[in-house]
Amino acid sequence: MLTIENLSNEIDGKVILKGLSLSINGGEVHAIMGPNGAGKSTLAYTLGGRPGYEVTGGSATFLGKDLFEMEPHERAAAGLFLGFQYPVEIPGVSNLQFLRESLNSQRRARGEKELNGGEFIKLAKEKAALLGLDMEMLKRPVNVGFSGGEKKRAEMVQMGILDPKLAILDETDSGLDIDALKTVGAGINAIMRRPDKAVLLITHYQRLLDYVKPDFVHVLAGGRIVKSGGPELALELEREGYADMVGAEVVAA
Amino acid sequence: MTTIALPTRRQEDWRYSDVDALAAIWPTPAPTRIDVAADETARHHLLQNAADGAVAVYDYAITIADGARCDFHVLNIGGKFGRVTINVTLGRGSHFELNGAIIGGGEQTLEIVTAVTHAAPDATSGQTIRSILGNHATGSYLGSINVARGAQRTDAFQSVKAMLLDRTATANVKPELEIYADDVKCAHGATVGELDKQALFYMASRGMDPATAKTLLLKAFVAGVFDDMADEAVKAALEAAAIAKLEVLV
Repeated sequence: MLTIENLSNEIDGKVILKGLSLSINGGEVHAIMGPNGAGKSTLAYTLGGRPGYEVTGGSATFLGKDLFEMEPHERAAAGLFLGFQYPVEIPGVSNLQFLRESLNSQRRARGEKELNGGEFIKLAKEKAALLGLDMEMLKRPVNVGFSGGEKKRAEMVQMGILDPKLAILDETDSGLDIDALKTVGAGINAIMRRPDKAVLLITHYQRLLDYVKPDFVHVLAGGRIVKSGGPELALELEREGYADMVGAEVVAA
Repeated sequence: MTTIALPTRRQEDWRYSDVDALAAIWPTPAPTRIDVAADETARHHLLQNAADGAVAVYDYAITIADGARCDFHVLNIGGKFGRVTINVTLGRGSHFELNGAIIGGGEQTLEIVTAVTHAAPDATSGQTIRSILGNHATGSYLGSINVARGAQRTDAFQSVKAMLLDRTATANVKPELEIYADDVKCAHGATVGELDKQALFYMASRGMDPATAKTLLLKAFVAGVFDDMADEAVKAALEAAAIAKLEVLV
């Protein structure tokens, strides 16, 4: 589904990713862990196409297409979803309006029929219920006045409505209490655990992985994947910390 | 009839105007008078949507008698030069409320110029202006508030926000307060900004194409201006005109 080869990038002239390679197939959940400053969020933003995240080398192929040839909104229409560590507030634009315009923009781009008001509300209600988010919240402006946990739930409702092929979730677990973590974890499983979908979870901690079981765990340090393994790798990291495993790499970075 | 000389940009309230364009229709007719009788409520609106290249000047002289109220909504979007001036005199305990939007592109010069005189005690006034300017457009708001001697407990505010879509567009905001009473509240705030880049990326990441995303943000920016209009049909007409104009701009 996604093949990243030897990816390098720069932000404001500073080199962050230094030849990162990663391959994700349909039906798989991958987790990327790593110390602060390793380049985890940079990877997410670069794949999402955030302005200023300049690709200087390597490639990313998403469902057979060159990801970096596409604008951010085209990547979304192709089936990429980026979950934000800090979801953005948009005063004056309701969640429902935001999501309906987003979904219909995607559907137009794919040559599909747009959803009318009634069809959209039905879909939104269903996905909000799945994530335990009050429908009233969706009438409010995007993320304005939402608590940290509410923002992350709202992100997952967005993911449910937009129904992507690949979700890259950047620290979706940060700012969540245990109950919210369970709900969000269950939401990710319900929406994305399918043979034709895949997830890339970016996280500092093991705890989200208790709810969303990864098939593969990678350690990102110094702008590269320095170690890959199964779910046991996350537990090992949790026990021993990053320093032992990636010490030399971190120093080198 | 005496001929009045064409204004120049040295005159304060014509400072940002397109006086060359004005020459085509000078002299302009006398102001439209609106007199709101004591304890009455009046609602007025203006949609300035003149044809491309046209020059449109609308002048109003409004008196609001004791205990009366006047609500005025303006959408200033048309023509090469579009100017709306509102001169208001407030009686005791009366209220004036202006909600205005300026949306300009191309080489347009659009302005709203107000002079609100609190002539008697206990009157209140509020002015909220939102401007969206693209290309080489110039949008200006000049608002003077005059509080007469003895007009105690005056409460007046001006809130002006401008959004520039291009570096080549210009927004002018000029509040001017002249206060001759000592128990007075006059507040004014002005900001000039650009579309929030983080919001634009967030919207793009959800699949929204750039034009849709910009239009949605701009609609939100001006939305409040027409919220409190009593006549739903007029409100819908002004909103539709604003949206049509925005869609041309982005």
